[in-house]
Amino acid sequence: MEPEQPSPDPKHESAPEEAHLPPPTLWPIGFAIGVVVVLVGLVINPELISSIGGVIVVVFGFLWARDATAELRGAAPPVEPERREAPAEEGHDVTLVPVTAETVTRSRFLEGATLGLGGVIGGLITVPVAGFAILPGFLRQKGHKVDLGPISDFTPSQWFITTFVVDPAQGEVSRRTAFIRNNGPVTDPKTKKPVQSFSIISNRCVHLRCPTQANGPTGSILGMPTVTEHTANGHVVLDPVVPAGYGCPCHGSQYDVEGNRTAGPAPHALDRYEYEIDNGRLILLSTYSVSHVVGAGAQAKIYKYGYSSPGNEVNGPEQWLWPLQPPHH
Amino acid sequence: MAIRRRPTKAELRRQKMEELINYPLDWLEERSGLVGGVKYFLFRNVPSDINWMQTLGSAALTAFLVQAITGVILAMYYTPSAATDPATGKPVAWESIVNISDNLTLGWLVRGMHRWGASVFIILMFLHMGRVFLFGAYKYPRELNWIVGVLILVMGMMEGFTGYLLPWDQTAYWATVVGINLNGTAPFLGPWLAQFLRGGQEISGDTLTRFYSLHMLLIPGAIIGLITLHLYLVIRLGVTSPPWSKDAAGKEAEDEEPEQRPGLTRPVPRTAGGTAMQAEPGGRD
Repeated sequence: MEPEQPSPDPKHESAPEEAHLPPPTLWPIGFAIGVVVVLVGLVINPELISSIGGVIVVVFGFLWARDATAELRGAAPPVEPERREAPAEEGHDVTLVPVTAETVTRSRFLEGATLGLGGVIGGLITVPVAGFAILPGFLRQKGHKVDLGPISDFTPSQWFITTFVVDPAQGEVSRRTAFIRNNGPVTDPKTKKPVQSFSIISNRCVHLRCPTQANGPTGSILGMPTVTEHTANGHVVLDPVVPAGYGCPCHGSQYDVEGNRTAGPAPHALDRYEYEIDNGRLILLSTYSVSHVVGAGAQAKIYKYGYSSPGNEVNGPEQWLWPLQPPHH
Repeated sequence: MAIRRRPTKAELRRQKMEELINYPLDWLEERSGLVGGVKYFLFRNVPSDINWMQTLGSAALTAFLVQAITGVILAMYYTPSAATDPATGKPVAWESIVNISDNLTLGWLVRGMHRWGASVFIILMFLHMGRVFLFGAYKYPRELNWIVGVLILVMGMMEGFTGYLLPWDQTAYWATVVGINLNGTAPFLGPWLAQFLRGGQEISGDTLTRFYSLHMLLIPGAIIGLITLHLYLVIRLGVTSPPWSKDAAGKEAEDEEPEQRPGLTRPVPRTAGGTAMQAEPGGRD
């Protein structure tokens, strides 16, 4: 209560508890709908639906809280509209009902309803269509297992330029190349049994994904046969090579035998493939990014990072320029 | 006073013919006002000292129309499929392009027009932009038209980028790999933009159909809308005089034609005494 007012406000005196009641509001309805969406989303799709519900809850909660605290924060006083006397016609006493700014007149209501309904209909059409345009490229990305044939094809300590079709459903467009070397048997640190160790380097340059080439003599020059295996992943071709490193034809990035960047615009070492050995067959799994490799062969220490888009730094301060990578397999 | 005489038979026939020819136009004009609108668009006043450089915009528009028309026809024969033709082992999209170029009558010509016209369109847009820049035609009140023009240029380049993939050969594939991954190096949202363009983690048949849709539906639609806005602003604001224009500098040329009206395209003469307006023949001075 203002101290300079000499006489106490009659309203405040007669009904003090009414003065503190917040004005009626419709925002809690939206808030409640948001809570329902969150709960339904927990059953159907916690990531997508629940986060939409969360957004609804936050938005309507904010609007509700703003409404409820309007008095406390001292909202702007309503401005009285200008009023003019209508010239009274002879014989008729015209009395104009003063219309305040808050009054919803018929035309104002229709205007708002048309715009609002139009907006709702537009949104109902646009949101799913835009979602269909954008989401399929991000959700349900499937990983692939690539069968490269028996590991006996991979002569120990010999590099092979290996080409294979990642997704037979997509066909030749998904043909990829990896530089693969059988490092020979090593002792598994967990099971203490001897397992074959492989170095499997993707040939796609980490600058902009052009195909790097092995710098060195290949099969025909070496006098070694090129092996072709027919597996579920198309014909897999193993071309023996003695690489001095790898070079990219597009912008000149160079890599050493273990894929470390030695020159050019590439930001880090070549990506590598995860692998497993299933029934004596070499199976390629997903790719991962590598900052650099220390050592070589089975003893190499690979500094491994999650798969990142080409041209993006995986470590150092620059990595903060790409804080989130899209979903991938 | 001219002596009134009865029109000859030939004159009457001529008058009848004119009415017959004009009837459809009058019919259309009465119901739509389109004839007047087209006349308003085509027969606007322009400064007397404009030059050939100011036709570059129309040339770019013509190049776009060529692209639109040849593109519609090419879409009748092109198949945006990355699937492999079992008979030949070649991708269907690439085979359909080969079919257009090698087998279909005049296909080589229309595809050539579209392929080379793409470069012509971009080059003409750049020349037009250079003319606008050097003439200072981007200045008040035409800044918005410059902005719209830049958007058209960007859209034109996106047309080039998406169209380049469609032959689905090695050049197309690797150019798109590099182009998409260039987008992927943009900070923060770059990798997401790249994945959106690919329609997945890797370039696939989905990328081809997606680029085809963008190339022939979305981006041309946007360009048509932007060109409409561009032309509307040209008509509303008028054509600028060249920077060396004496008229625009407020000086009257020696041999000024007195019936020219001052208006949006010509500055109003500011001399206090007799001006071109008042010195019209038949006027009362």
